[in-house]
Amino acid sequence: MADFRVANKGRVNRQKTVSFSFDGKTYRGFEGDTVASALLANGVHLMGRSFKYHRPRGPVAAGSEEPNALIGTSRKSKGRFEPNTRATVQEIYEGLDTVSQNKWPSLSFDIGEVNDKLYRFFSAGFYYKTFMWPKSFWDKVYEPFIRAAAGLGVSPTEIDPDVYASRYLHCNLLIVGGGSAGLSAALTAARAGADVVLVDENRELGGYLLSEDTVSIDGKSSVDWIAAARAELEGLDNVRILTRTTAIGYYHENMVALAQRLTDHMAVVADNAPRERMWRVRAGEVILAQGALERPLMFDGNDRPGVMLAGSAQTYLNQYGVLVGKTVTVATCHDSAWYAAFDLADAGAKVAALVDVRTSVSDALVKAAEQRGIPVRLGHTVTHAKGRLRVKALRIAKMNGNGKPEGATEIPCEAVLMSGGWTPSLHLFSHTKGSLIWDEESGVFLPGEKTENCHIAGAGRGLWGQQNAIDDGIAAAKAALDSLGQAAADAAFSVGEDRPGTGITMKELPTDANSATARAFTDFQNDVTAKDIRLAVREGMLSIEHIKRFTTNGMATDQGKMANMNGLKVASDQLGRPAPKVGLTTFRPPYTPTTFGTFAGYHKDELFEVTRKTPIDSWAEENGAAFEPVSLWRRAWYFPKAGEDMHAAVARECAATRQSLGMFDASTLGKIEVVGPDAAEFMNRMYTNPWTKLGNDRCRYGLLLGDDGFIRDDGVIGRMSQDRFHVTTTTGGAARVLTMMEHYLQTEWPDLKVWLTSTTEQWATVALNGPNARKVLEPLVEGLDLSAENFPHMSVAECRVAGFESRLFRISFTGELGFEVNVPSQHGRALWEALHAEGQKYDVCVYGTETMHVLRAEKGYIIVGQDTDGTVTPADAGLTWAIGKKKPDFVGKRSLDRPDMLVPNRKQLVGLLTEDPKVVLEEGAQIVETGVKSIPAKMIGHVTSSYWSAALGRSIAMAVIEGGFERDGKTVDIPMPGITHTVKVTGTNFYDPDGSRINV
Amino acid sequence: MLLIHCPYCGQTLPEVEFEYAGEAHIERPEDPSSLNDGDWKDYLFTRRNIRGEHAEQWRHAHGCGRYFNAIRNTVTDKFVTTYKMGEPRPDTSNLKGDSDG
Repeated sequence: MADFRVANKGRVNRQKTVSFSFDGKTYRGFEGDTVASALLANGVHLMGRSFKYHRPRGPVAAGSEEPNALIGTSRKSKGRFEPNTRATVQEIYEGLDTVSQNKWPSLSFDIGEVNDKLYRFFSAGFYYKTFMWPKSFWDKVYEPFIRAAAGLGVSPTEIDPDVYASRYLHCNLLIVGGGSAGLSAALTAARAGADVVLVDENRELGGYLLSEDTVSIDGKSSVDWIAAARAELEGLDNVRILTRTTAIGYYHENMVALAQRLTDHMAVVADNAPRERMWRVRAGEVILAQGALERPLMFDGNDRPGVMLAGSAQTYLNQYGVLVGKTVTVATCHDSAWYAAFDLADAGAKVAALVDVRTSVSDALVKAAEQRGIPVRLGHTVTHAKGRLRVKALRIAKMNGNGKPEGATEIPCEAVLMSGGWTPSLHLFSHTKGSLIWDEESGVFLPGEKTENCHIAGAGRGLWGQQNAIDDGIAAAKAALDSLGQAAADAAFSVGEDRPGTGITMKELPTDANSATARAFTDFQNDVTAKDIRLAVREGMLSIEHIKRFTTNGMATDQGKMANMNGLKVASDQLGRPAPKVGLTTFRPPYTPTTFGTFAGYHKDELFEVTRKTPIDSWAEENGAAFEPVSLWRRAWYFPKAGEDMHAAVARECAATRQSLGMFDASTLGKIEVVGPDAAEFMNRMYTNPWTKLGNDRCRYGLLLGDDGFIRDDGVIGRMSQDRFHVTTTTGGAARVLTMMEHYLQTEWPDLKVWLTSTTEQWATVALNGPNARKVLEPLVEGLDLSAENFPHMSVAECRVAGFESRLFRISFTGELGFEVNVPSQHGRALWEALHAEGQKYDVCVYGTETMHVLRAEKGYIIVGQDTDGTVTPADAGLTWAIGKKKPDFVGKRSLDRPDMLVPNRKQLVGLLTEDPKVVLEEGAQIVETGVKSIPAKMIGHVTSSYWSAALGRSIAMAVIEGGFERDGKTVDIPMPGITHTVKVTGTNFYDPDGSRINV
Repeated sequence: MLLIHCPYCGQTLPEVEFEYAGEAHIERPEDPSSLNDGDWKDYLFTRRNIRGEHAEQWRHAHGCGRYFNAIRNTVTDKFVTTYKMGEPRPDTSNLKGDSDG
């Protein structure tokens, strides 16, 4: 096995060998290696296949911006496989398993590579062109093809078993980026006593300074200076350093989200140790010292394995001690790549040529190259990188006076180091909507106007060279301290052997090759070439946003970190418009791909959502209830006996309640106590019904509208005394109704003396229904005569039930004689058990929400939100009787006279009876006129509630239908797959229409 | 995440404690029945939807529960100032967009 490791270079721990596997083969690296650096040390460049053309690819970068080297990683347990991990970020540990992606049957022989030969058919916008017709091909041909081809890695199908943590943090100053600018800023601010958080996405602090180990600072080597800076910062109580932590998003008011990777680099992870942690940091000031990202040059074959960014090759050498090739060619338009060439040459690599597009560079650089025996080729272009699974040679040519290539030669090499210059990393700054200003001289965007309390330092401002970055970090820290009102001590760090430099920006490099076959990639991961971008412009895409979507340039998981500026350069050239007029697409969080687990944090499993339980819930659980979620509540749905399904249990519960006695936990009902001298006036204004004359100890069905006239909520409301109402709401509407009441009270009628209190959870509520409801209560009630004369339907009283202080309502949601007993919730279960024990005399049946639904539907009682949908007025629902017509005003009254509310063909709530009584309609089924066969048929309404009614021995349903009341006795059709049901429109009160069972 | 100053609590607190409650300074008519259909429609549905400083109601829902008014810039999403319910819309010409007003 080839060994590309260099002695005495890099930050890896050579005392500690680590074994890992890639595509089933075992490799060795050192502690501190990434998968990419360890594979490169073994001479392996081929690490993946591209998305569209399945082109062989190797790492082009060394950090989180890597678009090519995406792999699957896994710990040996279910659900821990992760696709699309960047090999340049994943650190190796003993036993790590990794696989390449997007290939079949193998990475070096991939059938999908046929796409590469067919690339003419896959040009920009091919989705929009190829898959348009014939229409019939969509289901069977195109969609399956697109789905099969989409995506790189394969998602795990198991649930992620890992734990993810989350924390809030407040600090004076957050510094993003631990390179030279970030470190000098941190030292300056920390020495001044500021509360500083310093984050860096890499394993170590130092940033690009770690890749320039010949630079010295204050007489120390760069590496020693970094170590000393870190030691000083770690010794201070006011500093927190977070490494392996990426600032992924910058939000309002200086809130920055940090994703910290805690265990992905460890061979052994403690049980339940969090894998990642999301920090939500609120900082007084923020310094963005994120540096710059290097751009590729655009030439044919710039994506071949072995072709990589010069700065990244320098990083592999100086941080990992790895030569990316023993014979390399360098191609550049920026000084920085010259230093990369020097470092590789000094480490023993043969630099076959140093090709620069520029016709002149500084004498010092040329001299330094000559001293190392590096052949320099100024004014040259690159026309082609030869090789398929690995670059074999670079074809270069001198450009004549007109910029045309002449006399091409091939330079054999096993790696190409390229540099198209550097782009300030301003993604986070862009999250804040900070403006970007085009800098003509450097050909990049620089930070402009700020919207947050932030400062950009170093290469992010287009500054080049370590001294500039360090000085700028100090300046940024001083500005931040000034804003914080803290004094800064003077700080200065002196850089020796600095490597400042300049460069130019290039569109595609001039070529003499056949332009039909030349492919210079802008977006590596999405396989977008410069030609695709020119094609997009020729086909009429003028905005960069359109060009992006048409070509997918910048839409890969690296979010255009490499592609955007090169794409812009080409688009600008093709459009004949300067780059700032073409514009940049918007950067959005997260800065780098972030796991769903990190966003979810603790919000999973039982912590995903609150489960509200009533005081009687424990009894229901002990007695075998099936539960259903209702808003945030867990409610008993039905109580199956052995062998019963839901249908059988509900039929039994319904029958038992109508025959003798049923009891039901109604504690989830929303309850609001409305109290005060103006309580009745407030109720008059809020609800449609009149309240002034409602006697104490009486209750009434209340209907609540919005000011638009549509039904919002309903519930029975008891008047406890002149100045006190016990308001009940729907289970799901409780919070909404209270908010609406508060809104009117506080903003429209602040003069009313009324106080509103949510009492939903103060009361446990047990509903008793059935002919024997009074009999079971009577022996348990003290202080109240329950007789029909003394306590008629729609009464309320305060009394004792089973020894507990109680508010007792005589009301019914079933059509049977009914009571609702409210006791303080701590007594809910005791009350329930007392009633249940007494109920044994009457074969009491405990029922759940499903039976409650059936019983109320048999009576045509609506459920707001099921039978109404926000477009239903009281008249539509047949509830005009609930409107206090003499009242001058109530919320929604004026809207009931709006023209649209008075049209005759509004959808109205009616009952439906199927021709075949055994057919239970589907809730939500659409309704059409009888006999209509045309497709599409006009839909005139839908089924809102539908049940099997045991009491009636047939199905029943409710529906909203256009002009429904006028259709009484007529039929409508309900087309379902394979069959059309004809149904008769009726009233909604199906059972005991004269109400004789309630008034007993 | 925004920080919002509650004029009743006197504290600047995270957005999650608050609820938006619509445009401010739209008074419900004293006698809705006296309005013609057009005017009532405007009261119900017509809102300014402006680009720039917008007066709006917020509620300190997970705090004191009070409704108050705020001036928020709809372009920058920054709060310029907040003030108590019933107070007139303040002059914001001398305020910049931070929430400590």
